[in-house]
Amino acid sequence: MAIDKDTARRVAHLARIEVAETDLDPLAAELSAILGFMEQLAEVDVAGVEPMTSVTPMKLKWRVDEVTAGGQREAVLANAPDARSGFFTVPKVVE
Amino acid sequence: MADLPGLTIAAAREGLRSGAIDAVELTEACLSAAEASAPLNAFTALTADLARGQARAAAARLGAGDAPDLCGIPLGIKDLFCVEGVRSQAGSTILSDFAPPYESSVTRRLWDAGAVCIGKLNMDEFAMGSSNETSCYGPAVSPWRRAGDNRGLTPGGSSGGSAAAVAGDLVLGATGTDTGGSIRQPAAFTGIVGVKPTYGRCSRWGIVAFASSLDQAGPMTKSVRDAAIMLRAMAGHDPKDSTSADLPVPDFEAALSGDVRGKRIGIPTEYRVEGMPPEIEALWHRGAEMLRDAGAETVDISLPHTKYALPAYYVIAPAEASSNLARYDGVRYGRRAKIAAGDGITRLYERTRAEGFGAEVKRRVMIGTYVLSAGYYDAYYLRAQKVRTLIKRDFETVFAQGIDAILTPATPSAAFAIGEMADADPVQMYLNDVFTVTVNLAGLPGASVPAGVDARGLPLGLQVIGRPWEEAEMLNIAFAIEGAAGFAAKPEKWW
Repeated sequence: MAIDKDTARRVAHLARIEVAETDLDPLAAELSAILGFMEQLAEVDVAGVEPMTSVTPMKLKWRVDEVTAGGQREAVLANAPDARSGFFTVPKVVE
Repeated sequence: MADLPGLTIAAAREGLRSGAIDAVELTEACLSAAEASAPLNAFTALTADLARGQARAAAARLGAGDAPDLCGIPLGIKDLFCVEGVRSQAGSTILSDFAPPYESSVTRRLWDAGAVCIGKLNMDEFAMGSSNETSCYGPAVSPWRRAGDNRGLTPGGSSGGSAAAVAGDLVLGATGTDTGGSIRQPAAFTGIVGVKPTYGRCSRWGIVAFASSLDQAGPMTKSVRDAAIMLRAMAGHDPKDSTSADLPVPDFEAALSGDVRGKRIGIPTEYRVEGMPPEIEALWHRGAEMLRDAGAETVDISLPHTKYALPAYYVIAPAEASSNLARYDGVRYGRRAKIAAGDGITRLYERTRAEGFGAEVKRRVMIGTYVLSAGYYDAYYLRAQKVRTLIKRDFETVFAQGIDAILTPATPSAAFAIGEMADADPVQMYLNDVFTVTVNLAGLPGASVPAGVDARGLPLGLQVIGRPWEEAEMLNIAFAIEGAAGFAAKPEKWW
């Protein structure tokens, strides 16, 4: 299935990746080529086949419901590009 | 002692325990080799202070007679593993200057076992690539060169720095990670051993995530014995990774008898791909012959869905990546783009990710976003997950028929030159994974072992695929091939 320019724009936005308007056509062509390669999957008879959702048949363990590594505000913020007064900062989101 | 960094882990272990080798000297020798290796671009950071401290501690443990196998052994760590306080960027600009305040579980185990961290190793950005060319640090370069040709070759990818560092004798061993072949392909390209364990054998905690249902850490070493030693130290249950298996870790080294008599080795018909170079096919035949000579039986088997593994992988891996990489938002860690006053948070996200991710990562994130988006989920993602079930079933069927392991080529070619694939479309690069990717989809263990050289003197590898959790048997078969092949070629030092 070919991806057109509008779809490329929509996908880029969904992925939160800025793409210049002039780059959308080449992007659409590139994504279309990759999807073309995946079209082979349509040949496979998957009737009645369960999708694989876990790699090894194991039961996920339950952990005890308790705080294990809390109270580490400084470590959590240490790598933030713009942390202030113990908070992450973002551009104003509420008018 | 001559050429300490050229030692195997096993040889260094003996020397360290007997006192013939001093742990601090061994570490200094590796640090010197690493410092003098700039043309290989294998390291992204050297951790000399950490290494010296660990070496002194190892010397004390050795002196006290408390010396686990890896005590005093200098290793390199792929940049994908978080090492506390050390810049860990996964080869990406978006993680510029990220210094994790925690340690990955695998590296924690290695340090607890006395291993020494020489530095962080180059890799494709977020482990997405087969040539190390997508790294924000520029490509790692293979120590190998084609006979009579000085062009730089790729060490493979994504664990390219690990392969270059081990093959170039800068360290005794290195960690790698393998999502579609990222340990086995670079190992094959550089004439070393690379092991991808069964999914769940090694904890993924603290390893930067690419595709969580496929990623596994494993050792990259100079011999099968070294891989067995290192894997034992890396493996084990970790409550911090819910997919890590709560199973005992066997003594893989103890299983290396080289006795493969009576073993049934599957030779999958579908791996005879079109356009396979005759040298690769000949190597594969020789590998089968070596095992037959050692008393194993080779059996033609069919894995009928092999052809669909790559397209399924290139739906599933990007889908998981698009989800995993959503965390890079320029807010909590890593690089943040500058935006104009009045720009909103969406602009911040979009520009940060546009500037911070390289072309291949963006491509995969967008493909993943597309195949997961409303209207396409069933046609691509869900279908790929069903095909994955069929691929896994192919393997289960042959194992149920009594096949103990499977022998295939590791890669469809020897190493190519850096830049040689620049004009190729992305799908051509993806074909590098054609023999390895099925193993990740099925969650199986796979080992790449050097078994010969091509006409231009470059290493070629064979792959042994094992039954789930039977790395010990897989390694023993690889050990038999290693012994029979007698691969002893070494790159000539030019850097």
